[in-house]
Formats: sequence, structure tokens, C-alpha cells
Amino acid sequence: MFGKLTLQAISYDNLIVMGGIGLMLVAALTLLGLITYFHKWIYLWNEWLTSLDHKKIGIMYIILALVMLLRGFADAVMMRTQQALAVDTNQGFLTPHHYDQIFSAHGTIMIIFMAMPFLTGLINIVVPLQLGKRDVAFPFMNALSLWLTVAGALLVMVSLAIGEFSTAGWSGYPPYSEIEYSPGVGVDYWIWALMLSGAASTMTGINFLVTILLDRAPGMTLMLMPLFSWTALCTSILMTMAFPALTVVTALLGLDRYLGMHFFSNGNGGNLMNYVNLFWIWGHPEVYILILPAFGIFSEVISTFSGKRLFGYKSLVYATIVIALLSFTVWLHHFFTMGASANVNAAFGIATMVIAVPTGVKIFDWLLTMYRGRIRFTVPMLWALAFLPTFAIGGATGMLLAVPPVDFMVHNSEFLVAHFHNMLIPGAMFGFLSGYTFWFPKAFGFRLDENWGKLAFWNWLVGFYLAFIPLYYLGLMGMPRRMQHYGNPEWQPFLIVAALGAFLIFIGINCLIIQLVVSIWKRHENRDAIGDPWDGRSLEWATSSPPPAYNFAVIPEVRCIDAFMDMKEKGVAYVRPTSYQAIYLPRNTGLGVIFGGSAFVFGFAMIWHIWWLAMAAGLAMLAAIIVHSFDDDNENCMSAAEIKLIEDSRFRVLSEAKQTQKNGTHLSINPLVYQE
Amino acid sequence: MMTDSSTLFPGLAQPSQTESSPPAMIFGFWIYLMSDAVIFALLFATYASMSRNYAGGPTGKEFFDLSTVFYETLALLLSTLTCGFAMLSSSKNRKTWVLSWLAVTFLLGLTFILMEHNEFHSLISQGMGPDRSGFLSAFFTLVGTHGLHVCIGLIWVLVMIAQIMSKGLTQPVCSRLIRFSLFWHFLDLVWVGIFSMVYLIGAL
Repeated sequence: MFGKLTLQAISYDNLIVMGGIGLMLVAALTLLGLITYFHKWIYLWNEWLTSLDHKKIGIMYIILALVMLLRGFADAVMMRTQQALAVDTNQGFLTPHHYDQIFSAHGTIMIIFMAMPFLTGLINIVVPLQLGKRDVAFPFMNALSLWLTVAGALLVMVSLAIGEFSTAGWSGYPPYSEIEYSPGVGVDYWIWALMLSGAASTMTGINFLVTILLDRAPGMTLMLMPLFSWTALCTSILMTMAFPALTVVTALLGLDRYLGMHFFSNGNGGNLMNYVNLFWIWGHPEVYILILPAFGIFSEVISTFSGKRLFGYKSLVYATIVIALLSFTVWLHHFFTMGASANVNAAFGIATMVIAVPTGVKIFDWLLTMYRGRIRFTVPMLWALAFLPTFAIGGATGMLLAVPPVDFMVHNSEFLVAHFHNMLIPGAMFGFLSGYTFWFPKAFGFRLDENWGKLAFWNWLVGFYLAFIPLYYLGLMGMPRRMQHYGNPEWQPFLIVAALGAFLIFIGINCLIIQLVVSIWKRHENRDAIGDPWDGRSLEWATSSPPPAYNFAVIPEVRCIDAFMDMKEKGVAYVRPTSYQAIYLPRNTGLGVIFGGSAFVFGFAMIWHIWWLAMAAGLAMLAAIIVHSFDDDNENCMSAAEIKLIEDSRFRVLSEAKQTQKNGTHLSINPLVYQE
Repeated sequence: MMTDSSTLFPGLAQPSQTESSPPAMIFGFWIYLMSDAVIFALLFATYASMSRNYAGGPTGKEFFDLSTVFYETLALLLSTLTCGFAMLSSSKNRKTWVLSWLAVTFLLGLTFILMEHNEFHSLISQGMGPDRSGFLSAFFTLVGTHGLHVCIGLIWVLVMIAQIMSKGLTQPVCSRLIRFSLFWHFLDLVWVGIFSMVYLIGAL
């Protein structure tokens, strides 16, 4: 009846796990209680869960990302503490089995359920606005992507309470991850979480590829698109073409585990190197899926806060395209030690180094954008400034790793751990936090508190250096990665410093939480009345904050790269249109949530071998899609009169803002913002 | 293709108020097919690298029955033809003809799936299942993934038949029909790959 699922699946005896579950339950129950107390269920369902509005879907993606950041970071702190303690006779506070689950969960969560939803959320909120569109190409598929990702994240969270998570690392290499050596449900949780969210990312890629390519604001040719949209386009291409590899590799591993096949097993004609190849054919482009959008964010932020047009816009675009293409040609550098011939290794080593060229072009473009600019040191800009040197260090160590003989020496050591954190924390995380601060006022209508933002920034930055620079030394001293316990006391001081760094980042994360609370508290002080809090340059700043459901009552015309700046300079930014037209918008539907919920049940049932339930949930997913396909009348019409009402109140606010500005109190940082 | 479909189906070229216009749908579906093609490409590559990993089990030469495969291929290729006829009828707005051709397409697709099912069933019952060797795992997975796609296509035909009967050949239904035919032709192409790379080469 319940497959492999019994009451023994819950580890009552593990205090840390039970504490974690307790915290999660308390948080969840408080949240549910609050929603019930304030009678917000209907609001939540009607306005959010069933919404097909790209801005709301984006916000929900980022909420998921932030929640998963907390979970992934809790794992990081536990690992750092364990390694700071567990030398010689001290066994630390985590058993090997528990420790292995933690590093596997940390990697999986941070990449798949923190970084991916974060960038997908930002792309969702910003790209249609930047391109002057009213929605994405496929709003319903957008909701499916969101709820599939949520389902995958839920599986990871549930694995903490029921059963166990994988101990095979985030990359799940066989033969260890085969049923023979990992008979538990951990690897199955990992497989299904990746399957669901991988399908979601493929759909997101298709959606934004079509959204960006098919039609944009009148006059916006591809070479006039803002750089963030360009990076979103390249990331979408990578998602569409690379994520199928993840689907294939997890499916084949699943077939080995469920049906006893021999793709990656030791005997019977299996070949585990096929796994490693397939995994990194997805895995390397994935790195650029994470980093390219951050490059786009830095481009927007640096240009805005230097008060200058981007230096070398075209070179930035071409560099982005070249990086996207090259990302498919370097996967073998993740396993130089596989035993391929020297020529194969050399070819992939050189291809890896070639990626540094377009990346270097970008760095110089950003530096030259700042050169002779009027730089404003706002929080988004601080993240961008810290990114430049920090990422350069990571890139330099990447060059070292691209040399096969060097890679042989430091393969699987802490040097590697330091390197990829040095790429992904400044390269992706700093970018997302910069974008989060930059576009928060657009999404919610008020700015985030600057002081708490700066505190968070400094803690993160110093914490990052303390936590990861020692790992380079440890790697060179020969410390392998993923050690629950070690015998060499010389390593301990470095690991204590790294733990201190993690603690600083912990303070940084708390600052982010306090920043959010304080900002909501003081939302009237930091209100963004006109929709352009930073003296922005691209079209997302041309509409109100938060934008109305239809984004733009009249789609603006684009004549140059910084379309909105151009409008402001020509004095046509806030011209009231003479008339409005009716606008059609996608109607809300609960089918997305139902599909995601069924997918979660399906995954859970497959993990625990509850076949009847898996069958039922699979049929529910199919039914949701078929029901949706019958619905041809899926749009609401907003009449011209309704739109006029909304727009009139916007122009009233604008003229009030102009009034206050004349009286000397600036609502915005830059007085240029509202001129007529 | 986008221009082709809009000349074939003038209704689709009409500017739509909404963003999910039929051209976007069809363009998006092409992108999906490319993404699915990556899945098949990787399965083909996996098969190629494992096609000699017999582990003492049977080789392809021992059990590939080219005459069965010939009839399977015939059924699938014919179903593509009849699917094409359904599309032609839809552009002339002949509802009954569309329905009949779709029904024939369904039956031919079903024939293909039943034959494949028989092949798999007899292999497994002779102890030559996917758990026997790396080669057989790769074989079953590649051919089975194609078969799974055909099954989804069969469900899709049924949905299309139901929609044409209940809604008629409206613009959204026609748009779905175009996407279905793209999907069906795509599966045909993949089968040509499987036929040549797995069966023909394997039987040598």
C-alpha cells in the first residue's frame, strides 16, 4: 500500500534533523496561521497562486529562492563548523552519513533551487518590461515552470523529514549512486527533484526564447535590446539546449536504479564515464546559465550608476554570445583525470582558456563604462564593484585549473571548492543580490533600506574572502573536498578562519532579512512614486512602480539603446496619451498549482515506490494539461475606460511628485528624473 | 515554417491581440522540438557508445528481426502520410475528412506501438530484457523513449479528434493540429534514425 514508506523513515533519534524539522514546521504553521488569521487565503489564491502575471510569477520565484537560500546556507554553516572542529580525536557533531547528506543537499539546493529560481524570477519580472511587452509568450507554461520548480524544492525539503537525502554529492556520480551502493531513497529524492525542476527550466528557456525573439516594442531591434535582455536570451538558449542533458542523465540513472539497467553500473557492460560526460554536458552550460544573467544585471547597474551609456555595447553582446557558444565545448575539463589522451585534455584545456577572452572583454567594458562616469555608490553598485576584482581572482584560478597537469594535482581538492565558490558567489549571487536591490522598487513600489543593505554587503564581502581564500591554501596543502573528519592538525587554523567567514556571511544574511523587514516598515519613506528611483535607462523604468497588470498602457517607441533615458532627454518620457485601447490579459487559472501539486505527489510516490499513487498523480498531471487545452477563452479584456482610470491616477501622482520636487524635497536620488 | 503555415492557414496570419498568438505557439513548438532532439541525440550517442557492450548477452544480430521492423516502419511512415492528408483537409476546412484521416493516423500509430510492444515483450520473456546488458539497456531506452513519444502522440490525436468534434476547425484547434503534425513528423524522422542506426547497422 505505501511501498517502501514506513514510520521508520523519520529519524527521531537525530537531534539536529529533528530540530531542523521542528523549525520548518513552526515557520510553516506560523505562516499558515497568519494567513488564516488575516483571512488572506482567498486573496492569496486569487491574486498570487493562480496568477499568470509574469511579475507575480517572478516574485514567487524569488521568494522560493530566498527561502531555499536560508536552507542551503544552514547546510553551509553546519559543514564549516564540522570541519573547524573535526580533527584528530574530535569527531565533530555530525556523523559521516549526515555530513554527506548535507554537502549533497547544499550543492543541489544552492544551484537548482536557489540560483535558478532567483535568476528565473529576475528574468520574469524584468525582461518583458525592458522589451516593452505585456506578458511572456506563454503565460500558462510560465506558471507550470514555477510550480514544477516549487514541487522539486518541496521534495528536497521533505527529504529532511521523511527518509534521507542523497549522500552522493550534488553531482551524484555512479557507481556510488547506483542502487547497489546507495540502496536508500536519498538518491531517488535527488533524481526526482532534478527531473521536475529540470523540466521546469527547459520550459522557462523555451518561453523566454520566444518572448524575446518574437516581438518587442516598436523600433527595438535585437541590437537595441538592453543587455540584461540579451543575457536572458543567451541563458534561455542554454536552458533549452543544455537541460535536456540533465533530464537524460537523471533518467538513465533512474532506469539503472528502478529497472536494474546497466548504463553506469560496474559490470554487465555499464560505463560510468558516460554519466560523467552527460552530466557535465549539462553542468558546464549550467554555470553560464547562472552567470550570464548576473553579467546582464551588472551591465545595467554599472551603466545606470555611472550615469553613462554602456561602453562597448556591441562587444558586450558578442562576448555574451561567444561565451554561450563556448560553454558547450569545455565540459571535459571537469574530469581531466578520466584518462582521456593528452591531446583531448589539451583541446578542452585550451577551449576553457579561450572563454577568458570574451569574459575579459566584458570586464574591460564595465571598467570603461565607469571611467569618467558620475558613480553613485548605491547598494546595487557596491555589489557590482565588489564583483569585478573578486570574480577576476576566481577567473585566474580557473585558468590554473584549465591546465591539465595542474588540474591533476588539485583535482577533487579544496582548491576546486574555493574556485567554483569564487566564481558563483561573486559571479552569480552578488549579481542576483544587486538585481534584487535594483529592481525591488520596480516590483513593489518602494526602495530597500540602504544602510542595512550596505551592512549586508560588507558582511557578505568580507565573509566571502575569509571563507574561501583559506580553501585555496588547503587545496594546495592537499586537503580533499567533502571530508567529515581529518587527521592533519595543520589544516585546522585555515578551517577555523573559513568558519569565521561563514559566520560573517550569516550576519550578512540576517542583515538582508532585517533590511526587508525595515524596508516594509518604512515603505512610505522610501516610496518610489514616479517609477524611476535610480534615474534608469531602459524601458522598465518608464512605467509605474509596481507596474499595472498590462505594464504599458501605450507601448513606447524605441530609438536607441537607452530607450527611456532618450525619452527623458527628449522630454517625452511622461507624455499623457490622447486615448487608450482595450488590452487582453491572460486569465488566472488554478491548473498550474494543481499540475505542480500532482507533480510533487508523483515524485514522492515514485521515490517511495507507491505505484498506485504515482499512477493517479501522473493521470492528474495529464488531465490538467488536457483540460487546459480545451480552454480557448482564456483571456480577460480590460476596457479602455478601466485603463484610463488607472493611468489618470498615475499622472496625478506624477504631477504631485513634480510639485514636491519643485519645493526642494527630492523623492528621487537624481533630480534629472522628472523634467518636462 | 512560420511563413509556410501562415500562407497555408490564412487565419493564423491575422494579428492577434494577445501575446500567445499562433505564430508564437508554432515557433515555440519548434524550439521545444529542438530541445527534444537534444534528448534523442544524447540517447543515440549513449547507444552508439554502448552498442558493443554485450556482457556475454545477445548481440543485435541475434534478435533483430528486420521484417517486423519493416512493417513497423511502414505503419509509422504511412501514418505520417495520413497525418499530412489530415492537414491538407483542414486547410480546405473539410471537417469529416480531417477526422477520418486523424482516425487512420491513430490506428496506424497504434499498430506501430502494438508491434513494438510485442517485440519488447518477447525479448523480455526470453531473458533479453534491459537488465541483461549495457547494450540492451541502451537499446530499450532509445527505442522505448521514441515509443513513449508515439504514445503521447496517440493521446494527442484523441484529444484533437475530441476538440474538432466539439469545437470544429477553429483557429486555436487548427494551431494545435499544426503542432501535432510537427510532432508526428519529428517522431518519424527520429524513427528513420533508429531504423538505420540501430536496426540496419545492428543486423549487419
